[in-house]
Amino acid sequence: MSMDFQRQLPGSKNSAESHWLYKLHLDPLLLVLVVAVLAFGLMVLFSAAGDQSRLFDAQFQRVLVAMAVLVVAAQLPPDLYFRWAPFVYFLGLFLLLLVLMVGVKVKGSQRWLEIPGLLRFQPSELMKIAVPMALAWYLQQRVLPPSAKHVFFSLLIILLPALAIAAQPDLGTAILVAGAGMAVLMLAGLSWRYLGYAFLLIAAAAPLLWQFALQGYQRQRIITLFDPESDPLGAGWNIIQSTTAIGSGGVFGKGLLQGTQSHLDFLPEARTDFIIAVVGEELGLVGVLCLLLLYLGIIARGLVLAVSAQSTFARLFAGALTLTFFIYLFVNIAMVSGLLPVVGVPLPLVSYGGTSIITLMASFGIIMSMRTHKAW
Amino acid sequence: MSFFVIVVLCVGVLAARFVQLQVYEHESYQYRSDKNRIQVQPLAPPRGLIFDRNGVLLADNRPSSALGIVVERVGDLDVAIQQIKAIVTLSEEQIEQFHERVKRSRRPGEAIVLADNLAEADIAALAVNRHRLQGVEVITRLQRYYPEADIAAHAVGSVRRMTERDLQQRDPAEYRATQFIGKRGVEAYYESALHGRPGFQQVETDAHGRVTRIIDIDPPMVGQNLNLYLDTQLQRAAVAALGQRRGAVVALDPKTGGVLALVSKPSYDPNQFIAGMSEREFRSLSESAYLPLFNRATNGQYAPGSTFKPVVGLAGIASGVVQWDTKIEDRGSFRLAGGEREYRDWSWTVDDSGGQGIVDLRKAIYRSSNVYFYDVASRLDINYLAQFAADFGFGRNLAVDIGDASRGLVPDPEWKIGAKGEKWYQGDSVNMGIGQGDLLVTPLQIATYVAMIANRGRVVRPQMVMSRAGDTKTDAQLAPEQTANLSAEDWQNVVAAMEDVVHLGGQGFRGNGTAWAYIGQRIGYRMAGKSGTAQVVEIRQGEEYNEEELSEFRRKHAWFMAFAPVEDPQIALAVLVENGGGGSSVAAPVAREIIDSYLERSVAMQ
Repeated sequence: MSMDFQRQLPGSKNSAESHWLYKLHLDPLLLVLVVAVLAFGLMVLFSAAGDQSRLFDAQFQRVLVAMAVLVVAAQLPPDLYFRWAPFVYFLGLFLLLLVLMVGVKVKGSQRWLEIPGLLRFQPSELMKIAVPMALAWYLQQRVLPPSAKHVFFSLLIILLPALAIAAQPDLGTAILVAGAGMAVLMLAGLSWRYLGYAFLLIAAAAPLLWQFALQGYQRQRIITLFDPESDPLGAGWNIIQSTTAIGSGGVFGKGLLQGTQSHLDFLPEARTDFIIAVVGEELGLVGVLCLLLLYLGIIARGLVLAVSAQSTFARLFAGALTLTFFIYLFVNIAMVSGLLPVVGVPLPLVSYGGTSIITLMASFGIIMSMRTHKAW
Repeated sequence: MSFFVIVVLCVGVLAARFVQLQVYEHESYQYRSDKNRIQVQPLAPPRGLIFDRNGVLLADNRPSSALGIVVERVGDLDVAIQQIKAIVTLSEEQIEQFHERVKRSRRPGEAIVLADNLAEADIAALAVNRHRLQGVEVITRLQRYYPEADIAAHAVGSVRRMTERDLQQRDPAEYRATQFIGKRGVEAYYESALHGRPGFQQVETDAHGRVTRIIDIDPPMVGQNLNLYLDTQLQRAAVAALGQRRGAVVALDPKTGGVLALVSKPSYDPNQFIAGMSEREFRSLSESAYLPLFNRATNGQYAPGSTFKPVVGLAGIASGVVQWDTKIEDRGSFRLAGGEREYRDWSWTVDDSGGQGIVDLRKAIYRSSNVYFYDVASRLDINYLAQFAADFGFGRNLAVDIGDASRGLVPDPEWKIGAKGEKWYQGDSVNMGIGQGDLLVTPLQIATYVAMIANRGRVVRPQMVMSRAGDTKTDAQLAPEQTANLSAEDWQNVVAAMEDVVHLGGQGFRGNGTAWAYIGQRIGYRMAGKSGTAQVVEIRQGEEYNEEELSEFRRKHAWFMAFAPVEDPQIALAVLVENGGGGSSVAAPVAREIIDSYLERSVAMQ
């Protein structure tokens, strides 16, 4: 009782809930972990940027903006997200269609929308949040685990944007958006059997998909996975160079700013998708394991927050965002180290590039929001 | 939760992979990265060759040596450039362009070109000094070369240096080793076939970057060779026949649609674009008022003038507005019912003594009577005429492999409202009757149309490429007859009228075919043709056309279209002499000269 009374006193430093971080609806542990990864990333980018220090400056500014986005996202209560979910989803779908029609072409794919003079952004980034949000919204009212009809509609919600993204073409992001959506379904209690069936189905259809659904360069990337030497000028080049960079780092790495592969520009995309190769080269196995542990911590904390959220919608949404984060980082690191085919996916929170960091920090803000607001 | 367990397992897999790379396989990667010993170098594919129909080489690849610098190995770039300047002549422009290329994204370890087309003396000087010049290399590459230079420039087209935009529109992996891409003509249309695919070689290098051994090689796929329908001797004859004048010549084989000759003058030497030219040289080409880079044959749009009359006549026959024996009295001018404006014949004179006399359709063609066709056109439904003209290829691009040929313009009421905001007046139809007004055609379209007449109505589609190496040859198919309502006799009549244009002589004043006096004498075969003189500026009512007073660019264009021999046509030809004056006096002799050379050769070969 006295404890309760104490909690009401303002300025009381003992009580957790009157701490200013909580007033801002932020979760200290998650915040610390995220900031740690961001700092790590900036340090590595500083090295990878080499003499193009303006890249570092730009990224630093972005990180600051992203931090602000996180705080703002955490302020908005879950029911606000709930009410806006369908609108945001359809807006995202519309933007995706817009991209297909009038998007800016870069290196052969149309992924960007440009507001002349203002900014360039990728609608597919928006879908990384919009799809789990829409799914969580849909499943909130329904009894879980979802019935077959619910599963059907859920799949529809997932596949429409995924197909639109794949048409850009951006198969990597499409698969990831679909995967994130599936994660929501799994969290909602979909039996593992169905996932098993789905895998069997894909395995059975694989030869057909290979022949008809994949484009030449995508098939080449899968072949390259098993034999990077088969396309040393194309996809194989990246993998050969990145595994060389990683392997040559050894246990302790060559030291920050000492990476020969990345500094001599042998490592393509060293600042973006392949940045973990720089970590491997300069900070060695030790550096990589540290980063992995930090990521693991973020995921663990994210899941804990999700579990203790107070509505189905909040739980599903937060859990999905956490798992999405995991999927991205797994796919990126596996790709760079040669375990998965090359897809254009950045390393979350570390790779150079604005849109990705903003959406990620927004999703962390949302996760915090789901937990720290009272149920409605 | 079970999810977290899965996450931990996956992260474990990643960690294990890194352990594998960084602990167990560390040494081999260490070696690889050390001094970057293993390199992958792209190998450029040799570009497909282009031949004419007889095997004459029109586009070739020749080895040329270039001076390149590997920026990563050279230390101080400016010092290196100074050292090179002491041995080889370098211009400021070359150095500037070199720095531009360095800034662009590229593969590391690759040599960037500083100077192209090195002379033997320079190569020798560089070899002697090689020990002093770290990171400087002489690269031998294949470069495109056009043996016929400006003669076939517009037909074959040319390659130019690739720009950023070109790279963005194509798969960069395919063009990794290539600097040039087809920009015009056949080179551009058949780029993907001509380019081939790059190969690669994996090499081991020493500390200086020199290749010590080749570990693996995947050879490039050579581009496909092309054989064109073009006949180089005919092309040369056409260029010579035009002489110093501006204009275009298009010659087709009526049986296949194959383009035998495609000339646009003035022309340019495409080799200049490959060897590289100075800013001044480029500007003199691109800014010249005579437009040497512009392909008049396929993209020049002009009023067809009297060459359009056969279309109008046939439209009249097909729609029943006129018969072959319908006669009128041509006194040199025409007025619409209730109209004030006087439409004149080319023989009109101020004192009203012009006109072709009593003419039927056939005579109207061989005398090129304006009045007859004013009359026919004024009675035709304009939409009918426009559709009829489209059947002959006007307003469209019928070519099989000339993607950027202009479509010209066949005006109709809908177009006029949209473009000028005015409704169609009958006077517009009248003007169209003699091929003036807003009507625009290209020399290629005129050649296509005269080929159709040569075929007695069967449509033919112009085509540049005859065969591609390795592909089975398929003969060009002639489409079935296009225009209904015209009988074989109608076609025979129009051919006969056009034959009269050239061969009907000795008939006295205003009785001969318009071209007879110029080309119809001492001719060893039968030719059918039609002259055309397209006005460029409007002549005021009551005044005559005075050539000397008009500036060069405002004089009439001279057209002549023809095919020969009449009974079994081998060649269908369109000649345009820009601002040349009279069709019969100026363009017809050009056509005669070209057809002479073509048929004499084929007679000689028999």
